[in-house]
Amino acid sequence: MNIPNNLKYTKNDEWLKIDGNIGTVGITDYAQNQLSDIVFVEIVVSVGDQVKQGDTCATVESVKAAAEVYLPVSGKVVEINAKLADTPEVINSDPYGAAWMVKVQISNPDEITDLLDDNAYQALLKDKE
Amino acid sequence: MFIPHTDHEQKEMLGVIGIKSLEDLFQVVPPQHRYPQLDLPEPLTEMEVMEEMQNIAWANESNQDLVSFLGAGAYHHYTPPVVDAIIRRGEFATAYTPYQPEISQGTLQAIFDYQSLITSLTGMDVSNASHYDGATATAEAVSMALAHFRGKRSKIILSPALHPQYRQTIRTYNGGADLILAGDEPEANLLAGPETLIPLIDQNTALVIVQYPDFFGRVSDFTALAEATHAAGALLAVSIYPIALGLFKPPAEFGADIVTGEGQPLGIPLSFGGPYLGIFATKKEYVRKMAGRLVGETIDNRGQRAYVLTLTAREQHIRREKATSNICSNQGLMTLASAVYLSLLGKQGLRQVSELCYHKAHYAADQISDLDGFSLWSQAPFFNEFVIQCPKPVSEINSHLLEYGVLGGYDLSQDYPALSNHMLIAVTEMNTREDIDILVQLLEEVANE
Amino acid sequence: MSEPHLCEISVAGRTGLTFPEPDVPKSKLPRSLIREYLPMPELSEADVVRHFTRLSQLNYSIDTGFYPLGSCTMKYNPKVNEETARLPGFTGVHPLQPVETVQGSLELMYMLQEWLKEIGGFAGVTLQPAAGAHGELTGVLIIRAYHRANGDTQRNKILIPDSAHGTNPASSSMSGLNVVEIKSDSRGNIDLDALRAECDDTLAGLMLTNPNTLGLFDEHVEAVINLVHKSGGLVYGDGANLNALLGIVRPGDLGIDVLHYNLHKTFSTPHGGGGPGSGPVGVSARLVDFLPAPVVTIIEEGDKENPPLYGFITPAKTIGRVKAFHGHFAIMVRAYTYMLMHGAEGLRKVSEYAVLNANYLLARLRDIYHVPYDRICMHEFVTEGRWDDAPEIHALDIAKRLMDYNFHPPTNYFPLIVHEALMIEPTETESKQTLDAFADALIKIAEEAHQNPELLKSAPHQTPVGRVDEVKAAKELILRCGVVSNS
Repeated sequence: MNIPNNLKYTKNDEWLKIDGNIGTVGITDYAQNQLSDIVFVEIVVSVGDQVKQGDTCATVESVKAAAEVYLPVSGKVVEINAKLADTPEVINSDPYGAAWMVKVQISNPDEITDLLDDNAYQALLKDKE
Repeated sequence: MFIPHTDHEQKEMLGVIGIKSLEDLFQVVPPQHRYPQLDLPEPLTEMEVMEEMQNIAWANESNQDLVSFLGAGAYHHYTPPVVDAIIRRGEFATAYTPYQPEISQGTLQAIFDYQSLITSLTGMDVSNASHYDGATATAEAVSMALAHFRGKRSKIILSPALHPQYRQTIRTYNGGADLILAGDEPEANLLAGPETLIPLIDQNTALVIVQYPDFFGRVSDFTALAEATHAAGALLAVSIYPIALGLFKPPAEFGADIVTGEGQPLGIPLSFGGPYLGIFATKKEYVRKMAGRLVGETIDNRGQRAYVLTLTAREQHIRREKATSNICSNQGLMTLASAVYLSLLGKQGLRQVSELCYHKAHYAADQISDLDGFSLWSQAPFFNEFVIQCPKPVSEINSHLLEYGVLGGYDLSQDYPALSNHMLIAVTEMNTREDIDILVQLLEEVANE
Repeated sequence: MSEPHLCEISVAGRTGLTFPEPDVPKSKLPRSLIREYLPMPELSEADVVRHFTRLSQLNYSIDTGFYPLGSCTMKYNPKVNEETARLPGFTGVHPLQPVETVQGSLELMYMLQEWLKEIGGFAGVTLQPAAGAHGELTGVLIIRAYHRANGDTQRNKILIPDSAHGTNPASSSMSGLNVVEIKSDSRGNIDLDALRAECDDTLAGLMLTNPNTLGLFDEHVEAVINLVHKSGGLVYGDGANLNALLGIVRPGDLGIDVLHYNLHKTFSTPHGGGGPGSGPVGVSARLVDFLPAPVVTIIEEGDKENPPLYGFITPAKTIGRVKAFHGHFAIMVRAYTYMLMHGAEGLRKVSEYAVLNANYLLARLRDIYHVPYDRICMHEFVTEGRWDDAPEIHALDIAKRLMDYNFHPPTNYFPLIVHEALMIEPTETESKQTLDAFADALIKIAEEAHQNPELLKSAPHQTPVGRVDEVKAAKELILRCGVVSNS
């Protein structure tokens, strides 16, 4: 299972990449593996939206399952990956790169301390086994 | 009778399990409640049951005994024997839901046929594999619209000419939500056309629902209403009578976003109210919000064309509490019945049967409105149902008709206080000219009494 | 060879059914409303019959084989039911006819209400819901209405076991209630401590399936129900598993407040490729007033010479109508016929043999397939479709390979709390021969899984089509003849 060490993680299998005050959000390698072939993704927030930690920012569907993607942090949506809807399978092949979903201007950096680092996320996954 | 075990087999099986008797299987049941004495009639053999059921059926007066002019959401149409010949086949009737596509291609392709036929008939892009009936399909249209707007819009506009039982069902289904339901208040103007709903549409409107033909049989052009609905960013749902679509413009041409309806007229007998068939179709951009099963075409690992339930991630067994609907069983075999009916009639047969309904109904309306004391309530175009204002209460008139073996139309005073002494008459291809002439004669008699 | 689409068989100018010419003068058509184009297929009657008959031959069905589908109760569908449902006196009546003209149908519905009350131990029954899930929605709406009528608007929480069928939480959400999951303990019972923690004054109720989807009768069922009642909540019973309880115990006697029946499971009405079903709902005395309208009742008592007059009433605090008209009458006729043929003793035998058959299969399979909750089961049981020493084999592969042995697979991947679950329910209408053949096939497949796993991974081989590409179906979305739409 690929768990890059430069990202933060949530219990619901989202990752957060932090560049300055911009957070980029997607779902982890474990999540895409659990869902298997992803056939549909819909980003349900728009650029300019004020969002809270825990809000749904996207839904992902595979043949067998559907999942909500929750925002790890609060802030303002500054960019969404509009191309993802046309190529949902990218979530399976490149979950940390081309399959980023939304970028948020972080309003409350304290929320980042709620998140897991790569070791903590890996431990969590071991417990799920 | 349907339990094949012999005493010998039972003994063997108990031995393999390692218990002495059948009672040993139920020790976990609290003893004070175990083995209740059920007060049910003594069992009958198959022969006796056939006789008993026949006696019960004979206590009814059916289409065999009465000439019917009763519609109001369920209609006496011709049911071709081909339909029953197909749905009686055990391979269809006793099959399970097609979750294992490799051994369910019959059911799956039949549903695909149904989806194709309904989309062709209504002009919409996609149809699901059915809801329970027209009423629940329309209630699900409300759920779908609310889900589409993610709860940000909470107003639903209901035409007062949408079937009263459909509107009641919508209210029961949505009793929980903080919804505003407008348009069908008791003081609503029933004679006016669909444009009267336009002032009610606002930025909080999720869905506008109309019926086509409406509950009173009238056919309207919804183009203006659709434009106003879309201008406010809302959706338009149209509930249809499928036989009428053999003749009249499909709702897609007006700009409908969702089409629902009652499929009973498509080869399904009246059977005292069910099982019927809930039609549900929509535009392709809304397919993921649509509830109900959906069959898609694909290929198998041998390169053959094959069918499978698709977009199942929408459904209850995967989304659980997040599903748009809880629907699991649908109308299955009724879907097949309607697919056979529509295939059998085809382009020409469907046009023929709808024209027969139209012309016979208009003949009846002309004859009745010529009688003293009776008048046509509305001058709007209609399909096969129309409302007449009568000189006496409808219940009185219908009692008289019944004495002569005629089932009169629906008494509208039951649902519309403003329409006392108004009767909703339905005419189908099953009514002969003689039937209609007798009706007219009887109406004349009862007016003169 | 696949069967062509209707639009591929269609030939312009053909028709399968013609009607007489109008026997009345023709009226003017409103030109602006008439459709120009009616894109329906054109087929002869023989085309239609051959198309659908050939399709039927691609199907597996109860009439051709065994369906060990857990929680579906795929028992044999008696043909006598098909005759009685088709009696013209039943098929030819309109739901809105005056009650005097439909006393036969009303008497049947009234008696069915009474018998379901008797079987379930309830004070009132509605026959209106069209299916099990519809019955669930009805039941949950009744629970909500009851609490609101008592002024308890804060009671918004429904507890649902982790083993529950997906319709349970879906129905609760549809009714606007909040779903909280309750876990099962190691013996497959509801975890009493977890339950106790949730019993507060926000509790609307608990949805209980007993026996549950593991096929197990809860060893503390009365304690569970008491806990919920003590904290002011109601208990909803999912009657999908009623085939284990007929004449064995009445859910109402255990304290269940509202229960839905599945006529298409317990009472032998056919599954029809996905429906139609029928989901009547039984309620305890305090909920009778909330039933959907209308309910069949005796409006005039009969005497020695005259039968009673049956009609409809609207319960005093009704939740309203849950669909148009009265419910699936033709399905009720089938269930009624079935009950008439069984009587009390016959129904008890149904459950006794359903449970016997399940335990027999469990005994034959438990050494080869791991059974996580190993105690006497009710009418179904769950095994794991996996082995530690054959890690590439999943329940799905076993399911697909079973089709090569002419068996429909058991329920897969449900309940969610068992890894690679295979849920097996034989029903009482299967013979020892069939059960032995099924067990033998499963045992052979277990061998194959270890010696020749490729046979399973590439199965099925003997069926009309092989494994289908579900990803392609979901992405390309071809949902009708002749049009392709990309998602």
